[in-house]
Amino acid sequence: MTQVPNVFIALQRNEETRPIVDAILADNPGALHDEQPAMVKINVPGRLVVRRSTIEQEIGREFDLQELHVNLITLTGHIDESDDEFVLSWVH
Amino acid sequence: MQIDLRNVSITPLRQTYNHIADYLGADKAASRYVEATMGVQGTTNFHYRPNWDPEREMFDERRTAIKMKDWYVLKDPRQYYYGSYTQARARMQETAEADFDFVESRGLADSYDDSARRAALDFYIPLRHVAWGGNLNNGYQSAYGYGTAITQASLYASMDQLGVAQYLTRLGLLMGNESELEAGKHAWMNAPAWQPLRKYVEDSFVVKDWFENFVAQNMALDGLLFRLAYKEVDKHLNERAGPTVSMLTRFPAEWFPRPASGSMPWSRPPPPRVPRTRCCSKSGTRTGWRVRRKRSRPWRNWRWARKPARPSPACAPSSMPAWLRRAWRSERPSPTPFPGDRQNDPSTQRVHRAAAQ
Repeated sequence: MTQVPNVFIALQRNEETRPIVDAILADNPGALHDEQPAMVKINVPGRLVVRRSTIEQEIGREFDLQELHVNLITLTGHIDESDDEFVLSWVH
Repeated sequence: MQIDLRNVSITPLRQTYNHIADYLGADKAASRYVEATMGVQGTTNFHYRPNWDPEREMFDERRTAIKMKDWYVLKDPRQYYYGSYTQARARMQETAEADFDFVESRGLADSYDDSARRAALDFYIPLRHVAWGGNLNNGYQSAYGYGTAITQASLYASMDQLGVAQYLTRLGLLMGNESELEAGKHAWMNAPAWQPLRKYVEDSFVVKDWFENFVAQNMALDGLLFRLAYKEVDKHLNERAGPTVSMLTRFPAEWFPRPASGSMPWSRPPPPRVPRTRCCSKSGTRTGWRVRRKRSRPWRNWRWARKPARPSPACAPSSMPAWLRRAWRSERPSPTPFPGDRQNDPSTQRVHRAAAQ
């Protein structure tokens, strides 16, 4: 059996990223939440999606997905981004 | 001497305050808004009843006919507590100031059409008295209301209405001069056209029930007025004389939320997901030129483009060379770049070699 490789995203742990992390955990059912000192790492097998609409529901204002980069530490996977979604996966 | 540096992870014993954890139902990290709002309303240990209302406590739920099991369900969807509110307003104010500077530095107010200027001044200047009424009413709600969730929002709205009044005043000073403000006050007090609105505003001052006051001011009056003043009239002035006045009324126009509930993007359900086909899709992502180019002509740089998720034969455009179209359909890159070229075709070469041996 082939195992689906993980993708992850690591964000600084602060007041701004908490709703983003909550949104990612809500949107990715298989997500593993790994809290480290000053950092939150979210591992997901296969595909990780960050959805703008979910973050907006969490924070109650309009959100530009580019704001993510302010608190982004690192990530793995190929990025497919649009105005509404930021998707990490290993799919070409 | 040797120094070892080590990461020590210190996990907090508690994620939030107990009363917040009770409210959320679990000890989990709460937003600043929730921490600054839930349970802040004073509820017990009032020493004396106020002289101005000895029937009731200082903070009393009974000052409105509305009964709530939990006053904290009236949460602010914008999640404004002091910090986020002041930051959001600072940003809006910066934009508004820049617009005023722009209009002033380019002399746009002087070159504005005179009849449109008259219409704008006659309409917008008296509205500063309406905004002042909004300031007073929202202040009343926050003073006599109950439940921090709604009273803090009322206080912010009160300050915002003051801001609206100030920007309208500055509009008057920029488009005209001080006498315009006097004339506006005179029209507000005497012109028959304004009297019904003035009566409504002044009647709302004596609405004792703070929640009724809230509905009368923020939903009935502002709900109708802001759309009229900063959308309809604004559009009309734009068509007549250009967007100068729109720039000066930007703060109130952007302050008032878009009208119907559910019209805010975050209160709308997400649109149904359409399975994306990567070939031929003109409406792919809209992020950057690279992504768009990849999507619009994928066969041009097919080595770098993603493979089509599930290409249908119909998707292969006729402008594509035949060999690539075949590859495109079979979802595999063609083994030979030029199938007609038998010399370079590995599958046929093997046959040749076998024949030669």
